[in-house]
Amino acid sequence: MLTYAAGLLMLTVKLALVLGVLLFVAAYLVWVERKFLARLQVRYGPNRAGIFGLLQPIADSLKMLTKEDTVPEDADRIVFLLAPAVVALTALLMFAVVPFGGTVTVWGREIPMVISDINVGLLYIFALSSLGVYGIALGGWASNSKFALLGGIRGAAQLISYELALGLSLVPVVMLAGSFSLVDIVGAQAVKGPFIYYQPLAFIIFAIAAAAESMRIPFDLPEAENELGAGFHMEYSGMRFGLFFIGEYVHVQVLGALIAVFFLGGWHGPFLPGPVWLLIKILLVSLFMIWMRGTLPRLRYDQLMAIGWKVLIPLALVNIVVTGAFVLI
Amino acid sequence: MTVYAILFYILAGLILITTGLAITRRNMVHTVIYLVFSFFGSAMLFYLLGAPLLAALEVIIYAGAIMILFLFIIIMMREESPETRLFVPRQWLPAAAIGLLYLALGVLLILSADPTTGEPMKLAQATPAAFGEYLFNAHWLTIEIASLLLLVALIGALHLGREGKGGDARKTEETS
Repeated sequence: MLTYAAGLLMLTVKLALVLGVLLFVAAYLVWVERKFLARLQVRYGPNRAGIFGLLQPIADSLKMLTKEDTVPEDADRIVFLLAPAVVALTALLMFAVVPFGGTVTVWGREIPMVISDINVGLLYIFALSSLGVYGIALGGWASNSKFALLGGIRGAAQLISYELALGLSLVPVVMLAGSFSLVDIVGAQAVKGPFIYYQPLAFIIFAIAAAAESMRIPFDLPEAENELGAGFHMEYSGMRFGLFFIGEYVHVQVLGALIAVFFLGGWHGPFLPGPVWLLIKILLVSLFMIWMRGTLPRLRYDQLMAIGWKVLIPLALVNIVVTGAFVLI
Repeated sequence: MTVYAILFYILAGLILITTGLAITRRNMVHTVIYLVFSFFGSAMLFYLLGAPLLAALEVIIYAGAIMILFLFIIIMMREESPETRLFVPRQWLPAAAIGLLYLALGVLLILSADPTTGEPMKLAQATPAAFGEYLFNAHWLTIEIASLLLLVALIGALHLGREGKGGDARKTEETS
C-alpha cells in the first residue's frame, strides 16, 4: 500500500512538473516567436512590458483570462464551447509518452523519467494527432460562420493530405529500433547513434509532415489570415481563443520533442543532464519552425495535397522498402 | 464481480448508449461526434481485453481518419437536420426484419452456449510483434484478399475521377 501511495505521489509530481514546463515554455515560445519574427522583418517586436518585453506573455494571458467569453448567435453552443479544449488537450496528452531522461533514484526507488511507457507509444501519438483535428473542424463548423466553416473544412482536408506520410515516414524508425515504445527507440539510438544518420529521407518527410500538422505558415491553410480572417477560430474570444493558442504552441514543442526522440537521439547528449538536452533540441526545432514561418509563403490547397500524395507518400514507401531490405540483410 | 468485469459493463453500456444516440440524431455532425465516442469505447474495450495495438489502430483508423473524412463530406454538403423522414417504410421494414433476425439469433446463441462461456475470459497481453506475427502467419490469405479489394476500389475511384474522353469530369464540374 505504501509503495502504491509513493508511486502515485511520484506520478503526480511528474505530471505537475511536465505540465508546468510545457505551459511555461508555450507562453515564452510566443514571446520568442514574436521577437524572432520581428527581427527577421527588421522590427523590434514586443518591448514595452518588462525588459526586452519579457513580461509580455504574462500580460497577454491576463488579458485573455479577463476578456469576455462570447458565443455567437445560432452557434452550436456545446460543440463551440468544447472544441478549443480538444485542441489543447490532445496536444498536452501527446507528451505523456515522450521520455525526458533515464532513471533517477529517489529514496532507493528507481523512477523512470517518462510519464507512461506504453508499448504502442508511437501509435498513441498518431491517435492523438488525428483527434486534434476534431477541435479545428468542429470549432469551425460550430461557429456558424462561413469563414470559420471554410477553415474547419480545410483543417480536415489538410489532415487527409499529410497524415499518411507522417505515419509511413516513421515505419523505418520502428524497423531499426524494433519497437513502438518511445523509450526503446531512444535506447536503440544510444547504441546505434542518432537515426538521422541512417534515415535522412525519413527525417525530411517527417519534418515536412510535422510542420503541416502544426498548422503554421507555410501550412496554415485553416487559419490563413489574409484569405479567411482567422479561419476556424475567427469567432472565438478570451481564454477559448487562448486555448487554441496554447494548443498550437504545445504542439510545436511536442513535434520538436518527437523529432528529437525519433531522429536526434532523444535526451542523450554529452555533459548536460537528459531533460536539458531534450529542451535544447525542442527549442532548436521550434526556432527552425519560426524561421520557416518568417521565410516561406503559404501553400495553396491543391499544392499541399499534391505534395502530400504525389511526393511524400511515394518517397516514404520507397524508403520503407529500401530500409526493409537493409534490415533483412 | 472483478474490477475488469465492472469496467467491461461500463464500457459496453457507453458503446450502446453512444451508438444509439448516433443513429437517432437528426444533426449529422452530432451523429459523427457520437460515433467517434462509440469508437473510443470499442478501443478501450480492446485495451481491456489485452490488445493495445488493436486499440490504437481503432482510434487512428476509425475515430481518426475515416470519421474525419465523414465529417469533411457532411460539413461540405451542409445538409443539416432534414425535415422529412429519412427512411420510407419500404426501406424501413426489411431493415427491421433483418435486425430482428440478428437479435433472435444472438439470444439463441447465448441461451444455447455451454456453461464454460459464463466464466470470465482470461486476461492476455498481446505485444504488437506477437499480434503481427499471428496475423500474418495464420491469416495471410484473408489480408491479401482484403488488400486486393482495396486495390480494386482504388482503381475504381481513379477511373471515376479521371477526365473522360470528352472531359466528362470537367463538364460536370462546370455545370454543377
